[in-house]
Order: sequence, then C-alpha cells, then structure tokens
Amino acid sequence: MATTILKAEGAESVEYAARIEHVSKSFAGPAGQQLVLDDITLDVAPGEFVTLLGASGCGKSTLLNLVAGLDRPTAGGITTDGRPSLMFQEHALFPWLTAGKNIELALKLRGVPKNERRGRAEELLELVRLTGSHGKRVHELSGGMRQRVALARALAQDSRLLLMDEPFAALDAITRDVLHDELTRIWAETGVSVLFVTHNVREAVRLAQRVVLLSSRPGRVAREWRVDIPQPRRIEDAPVAELSLEITEVLRGEIRRHGQH
Amino acid sequence: MASTETTGTAGTTDRAADGAAPDGPARDGLGGLEAGLDALETSAADRTPLRRTLLDKVLPPVVAVAVVLLVWQALISLKVVDDPSKLPSPADVGDEFKDAWLEGKLLGYIWTSVSRGLLGFLFALAIGTPLGLLVARVRFVRAAIGPILSGLQSLPSVAWVPPAVIWLGLDNSMMYAVILLGAVPSIANGLVSGIDQVPPLFLRAGRTMGATGWRGAWHIVMPAALPGYLAGLKQGWAFSWRSLMAAEIIASSPDLGIGLGALLENGRNASSMSMVFEAIILILFVGIAIDLLIFSPLERRVLRSRGLLVKG
Repeated sequence: MATTILKAEGAESVEYAARIEHVSKSFAGPAGQQLVLDDITLDVAPGEFVTLLGASGCGKSTLLNLVAGLDRPTAGGITTDGRPSLMFQEHALFPWLTAGKNIELALKLRGVPKNERRGRAEELLELVRLTGSHGKRVHELSGGMRQRVALARALAQDSRLLLMDEPFAALDAITRDVLHDELTRIWAETGVSVLFVTHNVREAVRLAQRVVLLSSRPGRVAREWRVDIPQPRRIEDAPVAELSLEITEVLRGEIRRHGQH
Repeated sequence: MASTETTGTAGTTDRAADGAAPDGPARDGLGGLEAGLDALETSAADRTPLRRTLLDKVLPPVVAVAVVLLVWQALISLKVVDDPSKLPSPADVGDEFKDAWLEGKLLGYIWTSVSRGLLGFLFALAIGTPLGLLVARVRFVRAAIGPILSGLQSLPSVAWVPPAVIWLGLDNSMMYAVILLGAVPSIANGLVSGIDQVPPLFLRAGRTMGATGWRGAWHIVMPAALPGYLAGLKQGWAFSWRSLMAAEIIASSPDLGIGLGALLENGRNASSMSMVFEAIILILFVGIAIDLLIFSPLERRVLRSRGLLVKG
C-alpha cells in the first residue's frame, strides 16, 4: 500500500508542522506601505487539517506564499517541518511532461534514485485513482484529473505539510464534491498536515478540523472554530450547513465593517 | 480504465457499466463515481487517416503549383510575352534542369549551398543559444545588447557582404560570417522571447519543488521556452538561407565552387533566363524542403505534445 511510503519518516520530534509567529507583511503600494497581514499567529499540528477562510483582500494567498518560502515576511517568523509542498488553483502541471513524468520530476528533485521513481509515481497515481494514466499528456486530462495529478505531484515531495491555495475553485460543483471526498481520504491515509486556503465557507467546514477566519485589509486572525463533525462528512450534512451559517454570519460582519468608513 | 478512451455515445454506455462496478470488490462508490466523471470529461483524440491528410494537406499545394504552371504556359502559348530572354517557357526551364541532371551537376549545385547553409546555421545555433540565455537571464547584458540584437534582425544581411569580403577575402569563411550575422540575432531573440513567456506559475511550482538556479533553468525554464526557441530556429534558418544566397550572388569566385547563388549570377552573365529561373526555383525549393523536412515536424511535435495544436 502506498500509504506507508508516504507517511513522514522518522520519529515525530516536532510538535507542529508549521508555526507562524507574529507574522506581518506589507507591500509597497501607491499610497506608501500597505499592510496586508497584521500579526498573524497560527500553528498547524502534525497531521492536522486547517482551512484559512477569508474574503478577498484578507491576504490568505500571501500568507500561503510566506509559508511556502516563496516570499519573506516583513516581521515575525515562520518555521515549518521541512519544505512544504504547494498546490495552486491552476494545476501548474508542466505540459512538456506526461502526468507520470510530472510526478517523477518532483521525485527526482527530491533526490529519489532513478530506478525507484517510476514505481513511486505509479503508486501515487494509484493513490489519486489514476492508475494507468502515467503516459497521459496533461491536455488529455480533465480538470479534475489534472488537479489529482497535481495532488499526487505535491505528495511526491514527501513534505510533512501540504499547502493548498484554493485548489478546487476552478472546478465544477460535481467534480469539486468528489475531490473533497478524495482529499479527505488521502489526508487520512497519508497523515500529511494540510493548510487549505479558500473563500468558500462550506468547503472550509466540509474539510477541516479547524477553520481560521481572517479579517480583510489587513488580514488578522478574526476567529477560530474547531470542527468536531465526524468524517466522512458531506457538504450537504446538516451540522456542516449549521456551522457554515454561523461562520458566514461572522464573515459578513467582518466584510460589513469595511463599508462603514 | 478502458472507459477513458471512449467518446460520444459509446462513452455513455461504458459509464453505465462503470455505474455497476462499485458492487465489485476493487472499486467503492467514490472510485466508480470518479471513473465516470473522468470518462465523461475526457475525449480521446483520434488520428487523421492518411487519405484525409493527402486530401487536406497535399492536394491544395499541388493544385496551386499546377495553376501557376498553366498560367505560365498560357502566357507563352498565347504570345502575351513573346521573348524567351524575358520569359522562357516551362519546357525550356525543364530542359535546363534535365541538362544539369544529365551532366551530374544539379546535386552538386544544391549540395554546395545546402552544406554551407546548414553548417553556418549550426555555428549560429552554437553562438545564438548561449547568447540568448545570457540576454534573457542577465539584466545588465539585456540592457546593454538586447535592443541591438532586436535591431540587427531588421538589418538586411546583404549589408554585411562587402565588409565580410574585405575582412575575410573571397572564401568560405566570409560566407559563414554573413550567415552568422543573419541568423544569430533571430535565434537569440527567439530564445529570449521564449524565456520571457514562461508562465510565472511554472516558475513558482518549480521553486516549491526545489528547482532553483541551474536545476530550475534545466528542468523548468528551458523546456517551457522550447516553443519560442523553435520559432527562433525556424526564422534563423530562413535568415541563414537568405544571407547565404545574397553572399553567393554578390561574391562569386572560381575558388568558391558553384552554389545556387552563383548559378543565378552565372545565368545572368550568360543572359540565360532559363538558367536564372532554374536557380530561383532551386533556391525556393531548398528553403521549403528544409522547413518541411526539419523545422515544421519538430515544431508540430512539440506543440502537439503540449496540446497547443488542435489539429494538424
């Protein structure tokens, strides 16, 4: 089974997958320095599934870039347990490689020896239920299949932490629903920690153990909810809908504040 | 997953079969659902049959050539142009080809020019590629010579023939110099624009996977820039060939052997219009043939494998 290989090797010596401490980020804007993230403090425990929820302008993608190491915070510190892998809203698969070779490139860059790569790639494809798609070209795959290959490629990096930047936002509702189930299953099987960014409240509640709501301009941690609804959940489940309603109310309150001055 | 290969109506029936599959031990409900979605959303591309290719791709240019020959012959037969020193008949030009062939010279003419052109092009490739990389990646180099490189593309390479003759004399090295000056800017510029057009998303994805520095250049930037680079090569070849012909026409010397440009010049000196026509047709033919045999298939293959070519 692929799961044993994908699990983090070695003893769990760290008590967090990501630790974000008093992180602020500002960019040079037309009106001088613009504060995008303001004093964010957030831990992701090993194996935990956290969603970052917020309206536009809350800097959630900025925060994810900081955690991924693609950008540096203006103040504060971020420590992660190894280099995290990142999944985007667009699949970001390389069109000059086949589905399987995309995964193998991630393995290669991680230093996996050549003779093991093919087998590992096949295992990862099996994990995302795309057995036999190794030789498929990216453009031959549907949107949902591409995101599953992208997920397999992210998992190939064998990181303790998987960062996901609205990965299902561009998919149709039926496919998104299926991929929610898949992600929940794969998360449970691999034990990877997930930090998942979305603006979709129901999606956040459907997936996460913990939902973190960010306020907008600048982004601050507004509130947190622990989601105790047992998995597998469905997005239509009454408890999911109920909690979503509650979170939506708070989110709307946050947005309303911006119209008042 | 046989169902992914099916399309259209066949796909629907296959999907029904998939719907029944969850009862089996290998596939739970979610897997079956997913297989169904995959089958619905992918369509296998079918290959165009040979007959169709012949009809769509080969027939039109053959008809076009036939029409040109007909009009040409009509101009002669109807005595619209009645002066063989201005316009020889297709048959005269055909005889010219036949004579050159029978004397065993035809392939010699072609080979003299083609070998020069290809060798010069390979030199241009070896210089233009690192130059393009340098311009694309090093900001100072780009600011310094980027505009000059683009400007050089619009400078007709004939302009380089007189200085090349003075510097290098009437020999092959002068020919290569002219080819290089014509082709290097195209090749370098193609690579630069190819690299500039690499989607930033690929670079970010590469960086999170650990492809930075040279590894990033090798695994991400170069393959992503390949279509632009190939377009540059194609244009570079066209420029090589044009420059070479200009050089061969202007700088003829017995030491240089007779290439197609020299053949054209000889025809002019001998006032043999059919020889001039022969040379022009050969020059055109070689240019088209190299493009059809080397560059177009290469470009098509790259574009098709990336799904950038819908049909072709």
